[in-house]
Amino acid sequence: MAATAMTLRRALRRPWVARLAVIALLFCLWEIAARWLVDPMFLSPPSRVFMSLPSVFETRGVPAALRLTFWELAVAFALSVVIGLVVGLAVGLQPFARKSFMPIILLLYGTPQVTILPLFILYFGIGPASKIAFGVSHGFFPIIVVIVAGVQNIKPILLTSARSMGASRWQVLRHVIFPHMIPSFFAGMRLGMTGVLLGVLLAELYVSTTGIGHFTTLFTQNFDPTRLLGLISVLAAMAIVLNEIVRRAEVHFGRWHAD
Amino acid sequence: MTPSRERQGRLASRAVQATFLIVLIVLWYLATTRWRVSPLLLPNPLTVLDDFWDILRTGEFIGDLRVTLTELAAAFAIAATSGVIVGYLISRSQYRIRVFEPLFAGIYSIPIILFLPLYVLFFGLGPASKIALGATISFFPIALSTIAGFGYVDRVFVVAARSMGASDYQLFRYVLMPAALPIILSGMRMGFTIALLSIIGSETIASLAGLGHRIVHLAEGMEIARMFAYIVFVVLIALILNTLVSALEARGRRS
Repeated sequence: MAATAMTLRRALRRPWVARLAVIALLFCLWEIAARWLVDPMFLSPPSRVFMSLPSVFETRGVPAALRLTFWELAVAFALSVVIGLVVGLAVGLQPFARKSFMPIILLLYGTPQVTILPLFILYFGIGPASKIAFGVSHGFFPIIVVIVAGVQNIKPILLTSARSMGASRWQVLRHVIFPHMIPSFFAGMRLGMTGVLLGVLLAELYVSTTGIGHFTTLFTQNFDPTRLLGLISVLAAMAIVLNEIVRRAEVHFGRWHAD
Repeated sequence: MTPSRERQGRLASRAVQATFLIVLIVLWYLATTRWRVSPLLLPNPLTVLDDFWDILRTGEFIGDLRVTLTELAAAFAIAATSGVIVGYLISRSQYRIRVFEPLFAGIYSIPIILFLPLYVLFFGLGPASKIALGATISFFPIALSTIAGFGYVDRVFVVAARSMGASDYQLFRYVLMPAALPIILSGMRMGFTIALLSIIGSETIASLAGLGHRIVHLAEGMEIARMFAYIVFVVLIALILNTLVSALEARGRRS
């Protein structure tokens, strides 16, 4: 008994073991609360949510809705990266353009775009197009801002020396600016992914006929917390995986000139 | 660069910004008058302006504004208090930082707006669900910045203050607090911005009152000009609030 207590204590000294213990404790509290304290109309215990995950996937339309949401996220992210990169370079490479347009971009970035969500539905319909457009509107601003900052942070001496050695405009772009932008490019991708996730999910929850927003509304109105929690968990897992991919990429490529 | 040339450059970029804005509004005007874009998609800017003055004059915005601001104030107060307390308690030991900081950062990276249907299920369609969601979302940046503020104070300062005989209170008041405050304040600014965003967002998605609800209501009633006027109003309110918070942050940093 004393030996197990010792090993337990030693294991808890590692932060990640303690972290898992905290998460397990939270799940236990949730289980207890849902089983004995809260009306089952509103909350169901994690064990039941987990066991009923197959039934979520068997609900007609849910797999298609998940695929659709993933597709919306992917397209919105790709468009955000392209637009963010092009606008970021166009604005960032010209000092005058930067001074003129950066305040406008920062101002737009700072306003809560969710106020114009109904406009996106009006212009792009209630289908996937409005979700993609709204996701892009959240995704490309942070990418622009980070790319502009990245271009700005290139040491002027590198540009001057490249030019004085006779590099053409394209050569400067290709051999000096692009390699130096890689870390900020991936940092921007991470922020862009956060924005795209927020935008697409907001639009999905607002109005949806075949996407996951339709099913969250359906499960809420049917007071079916088990399947609602199941669906939300699947989506949260999707968000975590997507975030983790871009974060790994950022860590990997961010080291580029750290030597 | 000489000062006068610098000023010229600044003037030129201001001119570009003004031109950009004017061109945008002129295009908008032409689109509604010359090119016959349906007023259901894009109302005439003059009509929008009329509606905007009407909203201000009649004061019909007051009810919705009060709902939204009350929700925002309650959510932010909860998030700021709990975020600073939890963050401070965690920051007191390196072990706790290493246990909890990655956990909070991980949760913070999930779009918490996903849980809105659950909040509506628990707290109903009224203000309670918006307050709870806004508080949850803005808790994380505030807690994380409090951990960063208090947890990474240079050891040298702490040891020096201790060896000169500082009490716990003095250590907190003269060493920890001044070091942590700027970081906590910028976390609070971030928390405030996303609380505003998530409250307007959840009002848009499911609610009974508030500015987000009003915009959706007008959109569904196809009163597009008035909806545009309200969008302008909400964007202005958001700008004022964000400017105010940034100014408060700058002030807090200086003192």
